[in-house]
Amino acid sequence: MTIRLNVVDRNGGEHEVATAPEGSLMETLRELDYGVSAICGGMCSCATCHVYIDPDWLAKLPERQSDEGELLAELQFRQDNSRLSCQIQLQQAYDGLRLTLAPEE
Amino acid sequence: MSEDHIYIVGAGHAGGELAFATRQQGYGGALTIVGEESHLPYQRPPLSKAYLKGECEATSLYLRQLAAYEKANINLLLSRRVERIERASKKLVFDDGREVTYSKLGLTTGGRARRMTINDAARAERTSNFHYLRNIDDVMAMRARFEAGQRLVVIGGGYIGLEVAASAIARGVKVTVLEALPRVLARVTAPQMSEFYEQVHRDAGVDVRTNVEVIALDFNAAGDAVTAVHCTGGVVIPVDFVVVGIGLLPNTELAQAAGLEVDNGIVVDEYAVTSDPDIVAAGDCTNHPSVFCGRRIRLESVPNAVEQARVAAASLAGKPKAYQSVPWFWSDQYDLKLQMTGLSQGYDQFILRGSMQNRSFAAFYLRQGQLIAVDAVNRAQEFMVAKRMVAACQSFDPVALADESVPLKTLAGAVQAAAPSA
Repeated sequence: MTIRLNVVDRNGGEHEVATAPEGSLMETLRELDYGVSAICGGMCSCATCHVYIDPDWLAKLPERQSDEGELLAELQFRQDNSRLSCQIQLQQAYDGLRLTLAPEE
Repeated sequence: MSEDHIYIVGAGHAGGELAFATRQQGYGGALTIVGEESHLPYQRPPLSKAYLKGECEATSLYLRQLAAYEKANINLLLSRRVERIERASKKLVFDDGREVTYSKLGLTTGGRARRMTINDAARAERTSNFHYLRNIDDVMAMRARFEAGQRLVVIGGGYIGLEVAASAIARGVKVTVLEALPRVLARVTAPQMSEFYEQVHRDAGVDVRTNVEVIALDFNAAGDAVTAVHCTGGVVIPVDFVVVGIGLLPNTELAQAAGLEVDNGIVVDEYAVTSDPDIVAAGDCTNHPSVFCGRRIRLESVPNAVEQARVAAASLAGKPKAYQSVPWFWSDQYDLKLQMTGLSQGYDQFILRGSMQNRSFAAFYLRQGQLIAVDAVNRAQEFMVAKRMVAACQSFDPVALADESVPLKTLAGAVQAAAPSA
């Protein structure tokens, strides 16, 4: 069983990415050659897995935890729809999730 | 000459990143990573934390899964060792005698656990309950022992030792930490931080003993297990198992034997190029110039491995860019998220912001007024600000740094605009 993600890379290129609905969104994104660097490996310590979630999808995801909000607050490229992809656990309901990779800080 | 073939020796975090970054730089020729372990390049930090506690699988540590290597056309030669580099003929000789020719070479050989040098250490290393911690296999060998009631002695009160202690306590293990120096984390942090972490561990139930050196070990009759640890002062601690975390030695022998310049690490320039222009190096194994520190340093850190690997990849691709990152690190113990930026060695002023008692604070290290490092505990937002402040190499008012009524951001305000985006 796979879900499809619509990923917009840093050059505006659009990709449909098939993945299993398990693990974090970061783990799927770091596999991509245009993906996230995720330096800390999902410890919510580095903010290098920063993505913008499509506004239509934003409310469907669980809210940010405090650490995530704190890291995001200081990013140069932060937007209202910013999330750290390591903090989003994939699930079947996210089939079709659309997101854009944020520029590297 | 034969076709281009870049070899990367060392399949750790730096090696994996170097391979993918080299592809991203547009290199289309043959590309092979050689690694001694049987695993794909993986993250080591969780080895002393989530993986030790059995909370994740080995494959989830992998930086990327096998399909990503296939897609990027990166060959993997695993469970293989490079015996030597013959630079004159640009050959690598493997442990099985096979030879290959490289066009360019990346050395990402990392480091290995420093071993104990007491007389009983060699014998202890042949037992089944005396462990070092560097690899997945090391953790596999010790993980089953992390059961309630087991008695563990951790030798070494550095980050690895303390993280192992925290993980062990979480599993109900009875833990003693032995540190030879007067305080834990002595080499990397201020006495105030050491005291804080000692107290945290004691509150969690760890028996932390400093100024204690291990002088001998007892073995069972069969000689296949360590049964007690003898310390200075006549103290004898019975054990079910031992974990040693006394530092890392950079793997530089291969480079040294090949005649590359080595000095506490493989010497590279700011472009991650070694003393041979066809050979780059990145990660824990390198001694590199730090623009930030104004001197040569060797770092043991994931961010350095990743960022320096990218610099090395740029050099391999003939598009050199200088490495100028500010060092940063993290350590997770219990409910404490410690994030560090800069290097505190040589500081002459220590400023605390927040409360150690409330387990939420930032420690500022200044040298002649200039901010050189920050340790943040459970202050992720201030850490992000602190990274910019440290990168700016500026002076800050110590009184304002300590004053929680002044948002750190406002102090950093001026440097925010000036700080480089990297």
